[in-house]
Amino acid sequence: MPQLYRNSSGGQIDRADLLRFSFDGKKYTGYTGDTLASALLANGVRLVGRSFKYHRPRGILTAGVEEPNALVEMRPGPRREPNTRATVVELYDGLEAKSQNRWPSLKFDVMSVNQMLAPFLTAGFYYKTFMWPPSFWEPVYESIIRRAAGLGRVSEAADPDHYEKSNAHCDLLVIGAGPTGLAAALTAARAGARVIIADEGAKLGGALLSERLAVDDMAGDAWVRSAIEELESMPHVRMFARTTVFGRYDAGTYGLVERVADHLPEPPPNTPRQTLWRVFAKRSILASGAIERPIVFGDNDRPGVMLAGAARTYANRYAVQPGKKVVVCGNSDDIARTVADLGAAGCQVVAVVDTRPQSNGVDLGRPIYRNSVVRRALGGQYVQAAEIGEVDSGISTEKVDCDAIVVTGGWSPNINVATHLGARPSYDPDIVGFTLPEHQGEMTVAGSAMGDFGTMDCFSAGERAANACLGALGIAPRNAPVVNDVDEAPFGNMQAFFYVRNAKGKSFVDFQNDVIAKDLRQAVQEGYDSAEHAKRYTTFGMATDQGKTGSLNGAAILADAMGRTIGEVGVTTARPPYTPVSLGAWSGHAAGAEFMPTRRTPMHGWHEANGAEFVEAGLWYRPAYYLRKGEQTWLEASDREVEATRSSVGISDVSTLGKIDIQGPDAGRFLNKLYINGWTKLAVGKARYGLMLREDGMVMDDGTTSRLGEEHYLMTTTTANAAGVMAHIEYCHQVIWPEFDVQYVSVTEQWAQMAIAGPRARDVLTRVVDDVDLSNEAFPFMAARDLTILGGMPARLFRISFSGELAYELAVPADYGTAAWKAVMAAGAPYGITPYGLEALGAMRIEKGHAAGQELDGRTTADDLGLGGMMSKAKDFVGKPLSQRPGLVAEDRPKLVGLRPTTPGERVSAGAHLLPKGAEPVIANDQGWISSAAHSPTLDSWIGLGFVKNGRNRMGERLIAKDFVREREYEVEIVSPHMVDPKGEKLHA
Amino acid sequence: MRIKCPYCGWRSIEEFTVRGEVPPPRPAEDADTGEFVDYVYIDQNTRGRTREHWQHTGGCRMWLIVERDTVSHEIFSVIDAREVA
Repeated sequence: MPQLYRNSSGGQIDRADLLRFSFDGKKYTGYTGDTLASALLANGVRLVGRSFKYHRPRGILTAGVEEPNALVEMRPGPRREPNTRATVVELYDGLEAKSQNRWPSLKFDVMSVNQMLAPFLTAGFYYKTFMWPPSFWEPVYESIIRRAAGLGRVSEAADPDHYEKSNAHCDLLVIGAGPTGLAAALTAARAGARVIIADEGAKLGGALLSERLAVDDMAGDAWVRSAIEELESMPHVRMFARTTVFGRYDAGTYGLVERVADHLPEPPPNTPRQTLWRVFAKRSILASGAIERPIVFGDNDRPGVMLAGAARTYANRYAVQPGKKVVVCGNSDDIARTVADLGAAGCQVVAVVDTRPQSNGVDLGRPIYRNSVVRRALGGQYVQAAEIGEVDSGISTEKVDCDAIVVTGGWSPNINVATHLGARPSYDPDIVGFTLPEHQGEMTVAGSAMGDFGTMDCFSAGERAANACLGALGIAPRNAPVVNDVDEAPFGNMQAFFYVRNAKGKSFVDFQNDVIAKDLRQAVQEGYDSAEHAKRYTTFGMATDQGKTGSLNGAAILADAMGRTIGEVGVTTARPPYTPVSLGAWSGHAAGAEFMPTRRTPMHGWHEANGAEFVEAGLWYRPAYYLRKGEQTWLEASDREVEATRSSVGISDVSTLGKIDIQGPDAGRFLNKLYINGWTKLAVGKARYGLMLREDGMVMDDGTTSRLGEEHYLMTTTTANAAGVMAHIEYCHQVIWPEFDVQYVSVTEQWAQMAIAGPRARDVLTRVVDDVDLSNEAFPFMAARDLTILGGMPARLFRISFSGELAYELAVPADYGTAAWKAVMAAGAPYGITPYGLEALGAMRIEKGHAAGQELDGRTTADDLGLGGMMSKAKDFVGKPLSQRPGLVAEDRPKLVGLRPTTPGERVSAGAHLLPKGAEPVIANDQGWISSAAHSPTLDSWIGLGFVKNGRNRMGERLIAKDFVREREYEVEIVSPHMVDPKGEKLHA
Repeated sequence: MRIKCPYCGWRSIEEFTVRGEVPPPRPAEDADTGEFVDYVYIDQNTRGRTREHWQHTGGCRMWLIVERDTVSHEIFSVIDAREVA
């Protein structure tokens, strides 16, 4: 298909490089250097999307990121990406894009009947209509709204690409590489500053690539090439094209997203799709330019209505005619340069409409309507005529046939990024726009972003800003100007003109969110008389658009409706990101299996090879159970493991427990502060169970701590709290008791540790250790010592038991873990030693009534766990004073109890609440809850641990367990938590 | 954002963990419960300049006192918590 709107010469496109692409399945061609938007326009494609709410036909309004209409769905398959601005998509061979928000087709869209319903779809429609009844919110209303509104569709397949995150540091970050940014970067770089310059465009250069002008007698794009060459030659400069500075954060931190491979069909090998940069800049210059405003008139969203700057860009940069017969309408001398550029591109300018009474004598050689404005765009799916009338007449007097209406309402400084830390812009009537003071902390705003709209002014402003930054950086400035002379068309002489009164049709203020002037007036009428309230009520300036083109026009309409000035109304807060940033870039490599770090114990490989099913415990992977041939369920495996351990011997990997080595003359006294029980009198070679509280009196963690030497203790913590306990210890020492002479270090990862439990545990270990008497007399319960195993392997042996069996924990340096484990397995083979996982371990500790994470949930006191007696009266410890508060010692606090179902075989479920029989299930009747549940093969019953008000005095009582999640109800009996071997005979054997 | 650790120098903020305002010194062990309640629960919640305990968890593990502005987020000083203990 020929490119009917493409000129045969001019522009910065490579006509030798023909690219094929498709839009809505139809095939077109373009050239290297095109955007999707310029290529569509070159092919005469005007209608590119449907609007958000009314499903109105929409075309291409702008040539940049501010595009509110031309949002398309890019690429097929798993790379599908909705809401992509066609105006910034670089064309590549084979590109596939689709319009969105239409059904069944772009030209015939069923939902466009919404236009007929427009009287009902006014401001606040969703709030008012979908208010009652609340039960309809999710199931009914949300699904209707989601289908009718909403923009593109995401791909539900996994993203095949990868993303990177990176950091960079510089003296000066220059945001935007138009004339201001390039002048600033050159000035600072020539003076020796480390400069990063970033621009969202495919090429650096900004408006210099779009306008017909001469910079020191060079064409704009030629001058840009020479500037880039010079910057490239300097090793202390980094240039980022296709990179958006999307956010400004504290202390000179900036968020940048570099679209490394978005301009390609897919990323080349070993290349990320995008990179999220965090730049730490000592100074920054915001050279983000200005964004052109439309004029709000009737049906101003019709395809073919385009901003004047965009029209010049398409004509000059892409050699594309925005239309064949064009009406140019505006309020400044930009009209003249637009008419000239369009004329040079071969468009016929059929009318010039100027809101000003005088046009400064510029002879355009065409019909010119002064003190007039386009009041309405006529046509169907694209513009066919413009209705023109005098500014304040309220009526249209002329109708001019045309296929495009090119409009300029003036330029708004683009200060979005400067306001991210809360700066409030103020209205400057001289430039007809909102601006900020030039200096914003480490940031200097310069050029068009400050309201200096002329190209030469921008070059000078960039130099000035750079020199100011150099001064602050202590670098001697270079005063030689970057550019001496710019020859460009006249501009400026702007009249403040924002909207047409009493326009027919719909006058759009916010194209992306389908907000019309009437909505804003209605919002004010209904009492939303602040810009922020009106924004939320009408959705004006929200979502990805953030009011880029429409905010000042909206402010002017609100000001009129409120009877205030534009300055008093103000603009709504713009928030980062400036333009959308993909979730992939935010997550970087932290996706899928790499979402979090993975911690594996030294014996992980053995577990894997021997049928272990793993469960995540924090970052750790722990064997949950080892499925054997013929076993169908975890329960069969777990029961077998418990029975084997209780009847002979089992082995379990407990390497994940936190281990903290504590040494020093004051180690014992320090432990006295950390634990509720005493430590100074613990004999060397002995272990003790310890419980620690938070300062508020609640239990923080528990574990055994062994005294390995006079001044040497080894603390163990629960797996989950290992890091928290370490930080707590550091806080207690460094902040509260720095006078203690004590050192501590986490050794969790330095030791592999395994529990060997069961009546045969001693027999097994005797065959492993080197010449150590393990008899009950020589190595009794709670003994702990260093020794060697297997003929010289260093090890530690602790006779401690979580399972309630005769049990030991054997620790070896991590690298020996698997060797030691295999040796123990071999030594235990005659006894049928059985590896057991977390399920069996859990079942055995529940049988014994040992508390674990489910019981130590941050709400339990030592006495709630039945361990109040451990609390030393003779010493101070963390949590002691507040543990004595009335609420923490109250009689009716829920206490740890055992729970057995009264019906044999009934399954006990953790999380169930306990209620008196027949009581209504309300909080006032609540007696407690079940914290842990397991099947006990030993007792041939399901059992649980739980908390029951005053539970220790209610043994034998029956309660109803109500499980709201599983919708079950069953009866349980309160029993002692020590359900197996309550006297502890086995572990002392 | 970065914090200048007195031992490690300028480090990225995610290496650090904030605990909260620097409380008054821990009361004597025989102090009234009320004093401990204040110590544990009462914050000044200052709008503006405040002193907080931060730990360089991803670095030297030292507890630090960071003096900073809760509105502007400007950091005025970072010292080892032991210097005032």
